[in-house]
Amino acid sequence: MSDHHHLTVHEAHDLLKRKELSSIELTRDILERVSQTEERVKAYTSVTEEVALQQAEAADKRIAAGEAGPLTGIPMQLKDNMTTQGIKTTCSSRMLENFIPPYSATVTERLYGEGAVLLGKGNMDEFAMGSSTENSAFFPTHNPWGLDRVPGGSSGGPAAAVSAGECLFALGSDTGGSIRQPASFCSIVGLKPTYGLVSRYGLVAFASSLDQIGPMTKDVADAALVLQAIAGHDPLDSTSANRPAPDYGAALGRDIKGLKIGVPKEYFEGIDEDVGLVLQRAIDQLASLGAEIGEVSLPSTGSALAVYYIIAPSEASANLARYDGVKYGFSAPDVENVWEALLKTRQEGFGPEVKRRIMLGTYALSTGYYDAYYLKAQKVRTLIRREFEAAFEQYDALVTPTSPTLPFQLGEKLDDPVQMYMSDIDTIPVNIAGLPAISVPGGFLEGLPVGMQLIGPPFSEERLFSIAYAYEQSNGWHKLRPNLG
Amino acid sequence: MPLSREEVIHIATLCRIGMTDEEMDRIADQLSHILEQFKALDQVDTDDVPPTAQSIDTHSVFKEDASRPSLSQEETLKNAPMREGEFLRIKAVLED
Repeated sequence: MSDHHHLTVHEAHDLLKRKELSSIELTRDILERVSQTEERVKAYTSVTEEVALQQAEAADKRIAAGEAGPLTGIPMQLKDNMTTQGIKTTCSSRMLENFIPPYSATVTERLYGEGAVLLGKGNMDEFAMGSSTENSAFFPTHNPWGLDRVPGGSSGGPAAAVSAGECLFALGSDTGGSIRQPASFCSIVGLKPTYGLVSRYGLVAFASSLDQIGPMTKDVADAALVLQAIAGHDPLDSTSANRPAPDYGAALGRDIKGLKIGVPKEYFEGIDEDVGLVLQRAIDQLASLGAEIGEVSLPSTGSALAVYYIIAPSEASANLARYDGVKYGFSAPDVENVWEALLKTRQEGFGPEVKRRIMLGTYALSTGYYDAYYLKAQKVRTLIRREFEAAFEQYDALVTPTSPTLPFQLGEKLDDPVQMYMSDIDTIPVNIAGLPAISVPGGFLEGLPVGMQLIGPPFSEERLFSIAYAYEQSNGWHKLRPNLG
Repeated sequence: MPLSREEVIHIATLCRIGMTDEEMDRIADQLSHILEQFKALDQVDTDDVPPTAQSIDTHSVFKEDASRPSLSQEETLKNAPMREGEFLRIKAVLED
């Protein structure tokens, strides 16, 4: 078998451009890789072999005509909450198990436009609610670095697929860490862009003021290429930022000497001691590259988890009200009237975590509790934003762990929702403030990956890429691949 | 304060989620435990702090009132669990 599954996007593009490899060959090789590893990893909800081979053929024609872009002919996976016209989009939920969307998300259209090849859809926690991909209604995904471990979540399928070589890149979505935490657990690069940079049109809504789509890739250069393809204004998303996307590739290789990087001390309290040691090494590395490191305090960090678990479920309770079994999706059979139909459709169509969050949000928004929970959370949200703004007056970026722990065992936190929620403690504040952040491989402990998170002010993706790239090139972590035979 | 069974029934009714007695007890425990964690916010002084609903500068976005292509009726109804011709079909709303 070939080792094309180890290629990055930019390496594969070079081979395609030099005609040393065709997209059809590459696509067949990766499909072969999927069939060999999928039984162990389970990263896909569906594999779209026929579509992939058609798209690869079209890509080869484009390449032959000299019209290849950086993603032309490159096999990808999309998380299963981004609509793909004519191809099932399930959100890993019984509710949408047979849903075939009549239109594609803007990100899907843009990647198709670049000539990327869709291999299939990525497994996830149901409706993106979870931190381990164990909340998928279909099956859990396994971490390629330790098959008895979770890949993180909710974009666990995309993270595991990229890490295992079951695609060359993927798109994930991030509401409270769902790109970065699985990227960290699977030793890949994951970027949550600034809120509004990437269109959410066609992304099945979870919490609309927090959701954002971003790239999940094998290295930083690939993340810049994929972001370039999907960033930019979209009239179909009213929260889409109306500003031109810069040339992200130009940020790679820029000197980071003299950049001020803050270490927020609250992010290091209560984390695994070993994770702290790995992070300290990463911070020393940034210093040796010329960055000026200083300590900073973000005192409201401890409130972020509560703020998130009030705001996100509140928005979710409104967004998921649409699943009524009437227009599309699952509809409970054998019911007497419309009211019983609603109750049973939602009882049987949603899994336990989704029901928990809808109920939590409904409670926080209900008469008598709105001020105490929802309004209070929105006010603390302001404080969290202000503290970040103050920190960025002093620092160009902040560095933190991506997750307080190593990838945990499958089943370990499944019965304790609060423990599971704690897994996102380092990523959640970023969504609350709408900031960009990237997780890059930061090393290993006992064979399991540790991620380093860099956070920047709004629309500072270029700067994050510069720092992440300099760091990545100074170590070899991103070149290590899990041993799956 | 833990959620009572009556409160859980009230919330489940508001969001139209059917539940067995067993599910009801489990979710009452879990929601109570989660709400317990929210107490941390009581300590935060938010007097004179305005709420944030959205992290971007929110403003209304207008577009020209012009017709543009949309999905056909057939495409729109394709995923309907029950339909009758060009209509969505639902169970009875009013009892006899």
